[in-house]
Amino acid sequence: MFSTRNFNRSKPILFILILFPSLLWAYQFVTGNLGVNPIEKLMDELGLMALRLIIITLMITTLSNIKPLKSIVVLRRMIGLFAFYYVCLHFSTYIVLDHFLDIQFIVQDIIKRPFITFGFISFLFLIPLASTSTNNMIKRLGFKLWKKIHYLIYPVAILASMHFYVLVRADKTEPVIYMGIIILLLLHRIFKRLTRSQLAQ
Amino acid sequence: MKILGSEITPYKTYLNRRKFIKGSLASAMLTTVTSSAFANHDSDFSVYTKKLNENDKLNSYEEITTYNNFYEFGTHKKHPHLNSGNFKPRPWAIKIDGLVKKPQTFDLEKILSNVTIEDRVYRLRCVEAWSMVIPWQGFQLSELIKMAEPLSSAKYVQFVTVFRPEEMPGQQKRTIIWPYREGLRMDEAMNPLTILATGLYGHEMPNQNGAPIRLVVPWKYGFKSIKSIVEIRFLDTQPETSWETLAPWEYGFYANVNPNVNHPRWSQGTERRIGEFKRRETLMFNGYEKEVAHLYKDLDLTKFY
Repeated sequence: MFSTRNFNRSKPILFILILFPSLLWAYQFVTGNLGVNPIEKLMDELGLMALRLIIITLMITTLSNIKPLKSIVVLRRMIGLFAFYYVCLHFSTYIVLDHFLDIQFIVQDIIKRPFITFGFISFLFLIPLASTSTNNMIKRLGFKLWKKIHYLIYPVAILASMHFYVLVRADKTEPVIYMGIIILLLLHRIFKRLTRSQLAQ
Repeated sequence: MKILGSEITPYKTYLNRRKFIKGSLASAMLTTVTSSAFANHDSDFSVYTKKLNENDKLNSYEEITTYNNFYEFGTHKKHPHLNSGNFKPRPWAIKIDGLVKKPQTFDLEKILSNVTIEDRVYRLRCVEAWSMVIPWQGFQLSELIKMAEPLSSAKYVQFVTVFRPEEMPGQQKRTIIWPYREGLRMDEAMNPLTILATGLYGHEMPNQNGAPIRLVVPWKYGFKSIKSIVEIRFLDTQPETSWETLAPWEYGFYANVNPNVNHPRWSQGTERRIGEFKRRETLMFNGYEKEVAHLYKDLDLTKFY
């Protein structure tokens, strides 16, 4: 049995572990050690990290159904906020480094290219999640409404994995694995709901 | 990562070795026209730089050999460099068939003894919107076509890459329908810009760049420049090509570099030149408009992309 305290204690270590890649990539970028096409590499790494963190937040909810891991939910907020952090870095790399603030081009790109549209909507949906993440906000909104807002994580995860899927040219194995995990996690939730409503009857 | 010049067999040595092999086979009847024309280019960059446009700068050997799309060795850009060590580009032969006077197989040695190797510094524009400037060594495809003696009914040329899954790990997975295939219209194939390259930067062609012999068609997206060619077929109908078969709505047979026709998933208006920070404008026909625009004057390039 892991207690809430166990998980809370692991937070500082987790914080550093999840933050570290971004600092490393930034350092490698500045010192010219991110390979031959550093902007592309930076964007890919940041995006992939964001997608993985989004999936981990979904996993945490599922894992918390297992009795001994019940308290793992206390990690969810931090990891969710880190997902938002990496999405922001990913998006600003695209805007600033890749397209040099050519806003007209970027707007066109977002509207015209489905994969960019998916990614952008996913980013937009994350904003209300991140901004309502404080305890204070939960209190002000009430848990019910807050929970409804946070269902947005489902479209976020689906759109983010589609964003990755459409981007890949030939070997879709990796995006398909992520999509598969997301679908399994969602199916588990649906299954849980159905059984619960049956029990209620 | 730094690649020392000494780690790579200099192209000159390679050619000399080839000359030696030929000599030992006592094929004295073949006249040697190739080897004398080579300078040792690795020490003398001016050979290439004087062929450059004023806006272009050569990409480094490291950039050209560690960032490749060659799915036979894996789909990541670094895979060809990392996974191509077991590939054996020699001995090598190219099968010539289809609409030719006489189908036959040419040893690479024989081909090379009949052509003149020259330096060609070309821009390479990938369909993924990045580009490089590469100093190739090679010869005009037209020279090989003349050797092949196609019939007048031949209107297209198809190229096939070698299939060796044991040496090319990417081929163990069906990301593409192997072997990789490409094609050109006959007039495109005969254009003086179209070359078969056998080396770069004065070195024999690295495995990850398409050893020992590959096509370079500088006004088309990089995927047209098929690597490690083992078969050339002459046809009267437009051949199937790999990317077109995989996603016809994204990749056409012509695949001319064209900033006005976007890829459905991204813009082709600009490109990132490897080594540069800001994107640059993509040029019509990759800047070779003068040389090739006439080939397409009757073609709707938005339809035949």
